[in-house]
Amino acid sequence: MLRRRLNRLCGGDERRVDSRTIYVGHRPCPDTEAFIPPKFCDNRIVSSKYTVWNFLPKNLFEQFRRIANFYFLIIFLVQVIVDTPTSPVTSGLPLFFVITVTAIKQGYEDWLRHKADNEVNKYPVTVLEDGRSVKKESEKIKVGDVVEVVEDETFPCDLILLQSSREDGTCFVTTASLDGESNHKTHYTVPDIERDLQVLTAAIECEQPQPDLYKFVGRMHIYKPEQEEAVRSLGPENLLLKGATLKNTKEIYGVAVYTGMETKMALNYQGKSQKRSAVEKSINAFLLVYLCILISKAVVCTTLKYVWQSKEGQDEPWYNEKTQKEKETNMYLKMFTDFLSFMVLFNFIIPVSMYVTVEMQKFLGSFFIKWDNDFFDPEIEEGALVNTSDLNEELGQVEYVFTDKTGTLTQNNMEFIECCIDGFQYRHRDAHGELDGFTVTDGPLNKLQEKAGREKEELFLRALCLCHTVQVKEETLSDQIDGIDGVLPKAEEERGFIASSPDEVALVKGAMEYGFTFLGLENKNMKIRNRQNDIEEYKLLHVLNFDPVRRRMSVIVQTKSGDTLLFCKGADSSIFPRVRPEEVDRIRLQVERNATDGYRTLCVAYKQLSAEEYALADTGLREARLALQDREEKLMAMYNQVETGMSLIGATAVEDRLQEEAAETMEALQGAGMKIWVLTGDKMETAKSTCYACRLFQRGTELLELTVRTLEDGRSKREDRLLELLRDYHRRAVQDAPPVKTGVVTRSWSANQEYGFIIDGATLSLVMNPPRDADASLYRGLFLQICQNCTAVLCCRMAPLQKAQIVKMVKNCKGSPITLSIGDGANDVSMILEAHVGIGIKGKEGRQAVRNSDYAIPKLKHLKKLLLAHGHLYYVRIAHLVQYFFYKNLCFILPQFLYQFFCGYSQQPLYDAAYLTMYNICFTSMPILAYSLLEQHIAIEILLDNATLYREIAKNAMLRWRPFLYWTVLGIFQGLLFFFGVRFLFSNPALQDNGQVFGNWSYGTIVFTVLVFTVTLKLALDTRHWTWINHFVIWGSLAFYVFFSFFWGGIIWPFLKQQRLYFVFANMLSSVSAWLVIIILILLSLLPEILLAVLRKPKGPHSRQKKPGQSNVGGIPSSQSSARPLLMRTFSDESNTVI
Amino acid sequence: MKNEGETAQRPDNTAFTQQRLPAWQPILSAGIVIPGFLVIGLAFIGIGVGLFLTSQTIQVLEMDYTGVATDSSCFRCSMTSSQNCTCEITFSLDKLFTGPVFFYYGLSNYYQNFRKYGVSLDYYQLSGDTQYFTSPQSVCSPYSYDNQNRPIVPCGAIANSMFNDTFELYQIINGTKNLVPLDGKGIAWWTDYNIKYRNPSFVNGSLANAFAGTVKPINWPKPAYDLDSTDPNNNGFLNQDFLVWMRRAALPQFRKLYRRITEGNYAAGLPAGNYSMTVHYNYPVLTFDGRKKVVFSNVSWMGGRNDFLGIAYLVVGSLCVVMSIIMLIVYAKFKFSDDDA
Repeated sequence: MLRRRLNRLCGGDERRVDSRTIYVGHRPCPDTEAFIPPKFCDNRIVSSKYTVWNFLPKNLFEQFRRIANFYFLIIFLVQVIVDTPTSPVTSGLPLFFVITVTAIKQGYEDWLRHKADNEVNKYPVTVLEDGRSVKKESEKIKVGDVVEVVEDETFPCDLILLQSSREDGTCFVTTASLDGESNHKTHYTVPDIERDLQVLTAAIECEQPQPDLYKFVGRMHIYKPEQEEAVRSLGPENLLLKGATLKNTKEIYGVAVYTGMETKMALNYQGKSQKRSAVEKSINAFLLVYLCILISKAVVCTTLKYVWQSKEGQDEPWYNEKTQKEKETNMYLKMFTDFLSFMVLFNFIIPVSMYVTVEMQKFLGSFFIKWDNDFFDPEIEEGALVNTSDLNEELGQVEYVFTDKTGTLTQNNMEFIECCIDGFQYRHRDAHGELDGFTVTDGPLNKLQEKAGREKEELFLRALCLCHTVQVKEETLSDQIDGIDGVLPKAEEERGFIASSPDEVALVKGAMEYGFTFLGLENKNMKIRNRQNDIEEYKLLHVLNFDPVRRRMSVIVQTKSGDTLLFCKGADSSIFPRVRPEEVDRIRLQVERNATDGYRTLCVAYKQLSAEEYALADTGLREARLALQDREEKLMAMYNQVETGMSLIGATAVEDRLQEEAAETMEALQGAGMKIWVLTGDKMETAKSTCYACRLFQRGTELLELTVRTLEDGRSKREDRLLELLRDYHRRAVQDAPPVKTGVVTRSWSANQEYGFIIDGATLSLVMNPPRDADASLYRGLFLQICQNCTAVLCCRMAPLQKAQIVKMVKNCKGSPITLSIGDGANDVSMILEAHVGIGIKGKEGRQAVRNSDYAIPKLKHLKKLLLAHGHLYYVRIAHLVQYFFYKNLCFILPQFLYQFFCGYSQQPLYDAAYLTMYNICFTSMPILAYSLLEQHIAIEILLDNATLYREIAKNAMLRWRPFLYWTVLGIFQGLLFFFGVRFLFSNPALQDNGQVFGNWSYGTIVFTVLVFTVTLKLALDTRHWTWINHFVIWGSLAFYVFFSFFWGGIIWPFLKQQRLYFVFANMLSSVSAWLVIIILILLSLLPEILLAVLRKPKGPHSRQKKPGQSNVGGIPSSQSSARPLLMRTFSDESNTVI
Repeated sequence: MKNEGETAQRPDNTAFTQQRLPAWQPILSAGIVIPGFLVIGLAFIGIGVGLFLTSQTIQVLEMDYTGVATDSSCFRCSMTSSQNCTCEITFSLDKLFTGPVFFYYGLSNYYQNFRKYGVSLDYYQLSGDTQYFTSPQSVCSPYSYDNQNRPIVPCGAIANSMFNDTFELYQIINGTKNLVPLDGKGIAWWTDYNIKYRNPSFVNGSLANAFAGTVKPINWPKPAYDLDSTDPNNNGFLNQDFLVWMRRAALPQFRKLYRRITEGNYAAGLPAGNYSMTVHYNYPVLTFDGRKKVVFSNVSWMGGRNDFLGIAYLVVGSLCVVMSIIMLIVYAKFKFSDDDA
């Protein structure tokens, strides 16, 4: 959508060029042949959809693109055009109502957008023009303008930072409004720019706008008089994004490169793809059934009409002659219009109001999640967040839970535990007694001195101090930033650290405890205070950034003495191959032990670069950075080239604690019948221990491993071995296991052998993309079947995309189970988007997961209530809502259909138009809405206590064909009863004690009264949780019906052409027989319901008195697992978030 | 809505927002349902017995006078298309037909509930709005104008097809015919007569002038303002027979109130004896295979005779009782053993 608009706005010709050239300050550059001011779009942001002029047509068009609205429009048009039984008002009014309400809502939203747009577009900015500062409106900024931004202002467009008021040529920004990360990010000016921007003559070449916030490639040509032109590379660190805020810097100057709709923010402003819930699919299926019922009713009536009319005298009795026009109409045309008329007459069977009610239910219902105090986390002072209300009920249908590990199962709150220098272990905290015979005696300082050589120690600590991208939080800022990572306890030397990854902070703090304090980065100089309290300064030459593929990062620094050093830290698997093998052995043991203990481990290495080596690396890196094409690849190659031949100094272990109640939550989810898959980028050992700690794997769980390691210990080829293992596991887990009954509460799962499955990324890609394509489905099938029979699956060493792949595979497998992904980091976004329900945790790794999720909760433990209580209730509520809606319209329209057999198939409506219109809008809509918002058929506490209750609604249990059939049969039964009950009564229409007779409208009114009372009382019977609101709407609706009927029939309405209902209702009530028939029909209709409710009760879930055995269903595994040795406390090293 | 959650505010801790509103949680337990069913069942049986007995006491006398059978007295009339045919039906009562006796006429296979037929009237005319006298609404078509294009008042199919057989009832006492007075008042709904339908205001002191420029419905023998020559208040749209006819029947087989027998010697009912009824046979029904009949009936508090209600109450009532007994047995068997376990 936006793209299309973009192309329209910005002309098509520049699309073909893949880079754009910008002249700073619009000054022509000496080099260029001819200065053609390029045309770019202006800086106006248009997020609004409509203007005053196109609102009506465009909005209507969009609304009628919805199938349902379109259907009702067609019905309405048929009513207007063809002579139909009911006036167009009956269907026009509800449609008009729905359309108007939606239009008003959308109009209001658009008005807000207009306002916001205007605020942004009219915002005053300062632009440097011919040496003067000119105040302009933001929308007037053109590409190439030099813009001044002062502290705490947001950038009006995407700027290349030219000059900063800070001496070191940096500035700080927060991108809270873009990706929610509120930490300060450092951006750099382009080097070698003269102070006077007026004389700066430069051209910027950069790529065409693209939405990735973290990517930017460009090049700046700087022309100086009498000098060769200089070329500087531009990267994301030079680009200030529109929407970000300048912090901690007085003012900056930048040149606009992307404006208006081409800014990265605007390009990212796109709605997420719509997820549809399973309930919605059921609704559509039911709709189809009802559409078939509708059409077949119309066909039956039309056919019978013509059969009946063929009998002599029936077609046109003398008392009802046809008009001339009717006589002349073509027979087939007549049949067709008759068909349409019947359609119109019966169209109420598919009610407009259902859509409105369902939508209202979802919208209002989502507030209960937002309001829930149990989701409120005092630490971050936030509750749950609902990004979409369309999926409330899906929360009650989850079968597979895909969870991230770091930050989700674990807290991502890193603590430095120990390190290992040169093979010697240093325990940081006086914590858990002794390990490997090293007792903790004194403070860390003493202990350290006893071990490895002092030089090595200091080198290691320096490495920890230097090799990172941590910023020191400045005192003055502390009150301005509210949302920084809560990593920092306040005390420590009143110094806080800010970093995008908590691991780094933990390491820097760890080094601090050993006496090496990182003081900060100034002017490319890193300052460290060492143990002797001396300040050491290092010149930061290069940062070789972290990325999840390399799984390491490096810095190149220069010491005071002129030595150039490279420090590198990263995951063991990425460091070990790059250091000398003999060093590895000493440390590997420690690393592996730490990993098994569940710590996140990192290895630290260094190398000294000779002058030549550095020069080579320097030019290489610079060139790679300047490259416009394939910069990433070139940089990667260069990094790999530099990071070789290092020597290993040591390793660190950082602890990541389990989230609060992680184990209980997982246990509850498993008890609820959900399969839990842990998808992590972490090492297998770490992840496995987390799984044990979370009780995903129990002591008795038999682990089926499918990893690179198990693949390689066989003699055969990897592929063969893979197949062999798959077959073996399949036999064990699938064929030998008794078939798992789904849906039913089977408690046998606790008795059976449980299986856990472990697979790693490499093996997974082998399974997903085997060398021979033919095997793909075989492998996948085996793999899926194994996984489906395991209680828990652990996938480790996963790339973010692989996570999504797994989710997709499970999502699309047989039975298309409902999947849920939960995660907190950017690496989880892909799986959050892929799963049916995406849950974001408001964790420490920024806000991307939250932004892309459907629901966000502060802690993992909240998932339990979200699914077991909210999800369960919402599912029951909406399922009941849907079934009830279809039911009540079936028994509404069925009598009208039956009446056709008694009125010569003449499309005579049974009910008055007012009743037809109001039935769904007023008389029966509120009770079901209240029910669908407030019902708690089982109390929330009981739902939370008995996770197994969740299984009762698994697999869309309440919206399957059986319950649908039940409701349909009920509707038909009641419809028949209503009609024929009154029909027999009317065999003698003299129903009053004055001998007067009742007419057809009395007939319809009696049926309608029975109908309204029955469907409302049916709902009352189903209501298990009567709050005052339920009482109010249920009795209120009935009272309103009676009141309305009196009122409607009590007055001669001047706008009505026929006063059909005049005093019909009052007369009806004056007849004892009418009363008696109404009472008996209501009771008879509800009789089967009451009987079923009573007979079903003993085994139903409604038995509130908990039997001791039952309430403990969730507790059985817990007693088992608590017997399990406390394996470990906490874990991890998810390398793609490290550093 | 998107950013509301981020305003760092603790949600309201009210019973409503936390879904903790105090609630009544009724359970349909056997303890309530079994006695409930029993009580309802017994009550229904009681009502049913009452209804049934009441219904049985209501006397009904139905006579088909269509004249299909060749030996029936109205056969002659049914064959001729001529107006003003009269036939006579005799019957005898062997005991008193308790009064007040209601005199209905009944039609069958007559679809007053055809949709087109049903809308074929102009309420504005019928409420006395003379504007619509000259230009009836189009729904009345083809009964809006006569073939000289004069507007018909009252227009429409319903009015045009008004039932126009008339009856005279005689008691034969010793060979002499004694006219039984028939009361034509109070046969239409009170509101129809007094509020819903209105005659146009008199012009120059006469109702007929108000209808000037219009013609009577084609099938009517007399114009609307002259329907009842005996009673000036029973004319125009406020003619009771007309009002009864205008209230459309629900089903193709229906009866409508014709007269009440409330006066004179017959206020207490029709005494036993021989009766003769003179039928002015005007209304053709055989073309569409319809039937005509007259019905004498008296009414009770439940209206006319209708066995259905009584039987329904008896059946449902006994069903409830049987159910409660079955449930009792089921519960005695299962629930009590459940408690032991």
